[in-house]
Amino acid sequence: MDCDRNETKKLLLVGNPNVGKSALFTRITGVHAVSSNYPGTTVGFLEGWLRRGGDSWRVIDVPGAYTLSPTNEAEQVAERMVDEGADVVVLVLDATALERNLFLAFQTMERRIPVIIALNMVDEARHKGIDIDPEALEKLLGVPVVPTVAVTGQGINRLLDRLPEARPGEVRFSGAHSGQTAVPGKEERWNAIGEIVERVQRVSHRHHTLLDKLEDASVDSFWGMIIGLFVIVASFASIRFLGEGIIDEFLDPLFDACLLPVAESLSALLGGEGLSHDIVVGRLIDGHIDFEQSFGLLTTGLYVPLAMVLPYVVAFYFVLSLLEDFGYLPRLAVIFDALLHRMGLHGFAIVPSLLGLGCNVPGILATRVLDSDRERFIAATLISVAIPCAGLQAMIIGTVGELGMRWVLAVYATLALSWLILGRLLHSFLPGFSPELIVEIPPYRIPSLKSLGMKLWMRVRGFLLEAVPLVLGGILIVGLLDATGITALMSRLLAPVFNGLLGLPAEASGPILLGILRKDVAMGMLGALGLSPVQLVVATVTLSMTFPCIATFIVLWKELGGKRMAASMGIMILAALIAGTAARMLLSIKF
Amino acid sequence: MARSWRHPQRGDGGGPLTLRDLPNGAFARIVQIVSPQQDEEVAGSSRRCSARLEALGLRTGKIVQKVSGMPFHGPVTLLLDGRQIAVGWNISAHVLVIPLKEREGSHGLRPERD
Repeated sequence: MDCDRNETKKLLLVGNPNVGKSALFTRITGVHAVSSNYPGTTVGFLEGWLRRGGDSWRVIDVPGAYTLSPTNEAEQVAERMVDEGADVVVLVLDATALERNLFLAFQTMERRIPVIIALNMVDEARHKGIDIDPEALEKLLGVPVVPTVAVTGQGINRLLDRLPEARPGEVRFSGAHSGQTAVPGKEERWNAIGEIVERVQRVSHRHHTLLDKLEDASVDSFWGMIIGLFVIVASFASIRFLGEGIIDEFLDPLFDACLLPVAESLSALLGGEGLSHDIVVGRLIDGHIDFEQSFGLLTTGLYVPLAMVLPYVVAFYFVLSLLEDFGYLPRLAVIFDALLHRMGLHGFAIVPSLLGLGCNVPGILATRVLDSDRERFIAATLISVAIPCAGLQAMIIGTVGELGMRWVLAVYATLALSWLILGRLLHSFLPGFSPELIVEIPPYRIPSLKSLGMKLWMRVRGFLLEAVPLVLGGILIVGLLDATGITALMSRLLAPVFNGLLGLPAEASGPILLGILRKDVAMGMLGALGLSPVQLVVATVTLSMTFPCIATFIVLWKELGGKRMAASMGIMILAALIAGTAARMLLSIKF
Repeated sequence: MARSWRHPQRGDGGGPLTLRDLPNGAFARIVQIVSPQQDEEVAGSSRRCSARLEALGLRTGKIVQKVSGMPFHGPVTLLLDGRQIAVGWNISAHVLVIPLKEREGSHGLRPERD
């Protein structure tokens, strides 16, 4: 940063969750943001920079908070950040819910920090028949008020122009002496807010729009379930359609046309066999290179992450981001609350679980939104045991799917049942209670393509940066272990468990143990063993449920701590063996 | 709404009923938010609950419209100042309301004060 001439000032963006604070942050800072954790907590926040009229600003996106009398960790961080002070606080208020938003505004202004208000989403408020007079609000609060629409950028320039006008508000309370700013009671605060809202806000009647009706139907006891089921089925179907489409129409032809000739000539150059050949190109299958089975760095190492997994990752995150930006996920929490309550969680735990379907790491990180340690333990354990990530799922569909979709279904059914049973058991045996759901359900919004695209890109980039090196490393290690005979030794040692309990050949132990590196690579190795359908299902279930991959392992350790992570791992291994054995027994009866 | 007469918390007839027992679509004014019994482990969580309800604007005197209650003891969704809020089944028994005859204000949007 070349801002040495004058001191960098600090600007805090403070507001409720879902008020468009992040959109505003992106608008004023551009794309170069740094994300960090608040010291001593697991709460992350974004930091960016802004230059305006000769001033340099450090802009901090304070975690969304409903109140500065904290009810969760994010609000604790918000409180501390505000108490640390700033040159200017931009209070982002949702014009469609002014009264509730003013509660936080009052708490902030009572701290005597220079404040400017961005009255955001004025367009949506107008649609809802809510008309707010910004000048009147400005007079009553004694701080600048600028109407904005952060997603379109409307009013942002004016907001930045008026930054120097920011000043400590003059919150007056009825019954208090003029100029008195002592911290008021809750009742006084709400009364003062009520008076202000009465004076600045006009609400006119309007008819229910289609989106309103959909909002009501989505949490209806009957239609909500129907819509929920439809959304889930449609999501999976479109992820599969998109993923498969990208692979068949685009990536397979591309790899065959571009990578295959290169790999073939390299193979010929290296003499078709030997250690270096096997590591770089992989083993030839019937004299040919097989992208899925050769297991060389240049062949399988590139094909698995880029041509088998990436398309599904893109498709998954596209659909998830769409549901997220449309505002459907909190409704899913309402639908799943009754079920999750019986597993020691509340409905909101569905959100980390869904994220886990993309990658377990962000899923487990997202369990931070849950209230108690007990919930976080249950949710994180369930995610790492029974929620297969997109990479693994892509490989399950690619490998097990070759034998017929009913085998894929058998894998998913076993995992889902394990999820339910394990959740119920953890709830019964862990001391504590299921907490209650209290959640605001934001209105449906038509997603903005730009923010959707950016979110998708961030998520896919995360996958590329993390997965590709790990897959390559995994394949390198597989090659070395094979060459040094360690794989054979491990297989012999574990043969009793694999053969006796799970009915798997000893060679299956290698891939399942190597699942700790990357489960998608391990799944590819299982596919290359030529197992029977039942064996493949059992092996897939065991692989999905045992050890988490290395990235998940690290994040579990960080989130749960050593002791509870060890407990979680013990549960995982036990659950995997039981589920694998049960699947073997059940499927053997039928097939 | 006959169920309210039998409600254990307010057996005095015609009085408030719980949010849980309010019929879907009905408007009502919140008259009391009962703190759950303060037994050891629930106490901390219950404090958090009350603070959270208040921060979301769910407090005595407000007018709400019940949107729905999910089956199998699922959450109750209500409309408060034009915004949907869902609260768990157990909380819904601790929010006491008096049903209103007519729709006061459109969509419960107008802030109501005592």
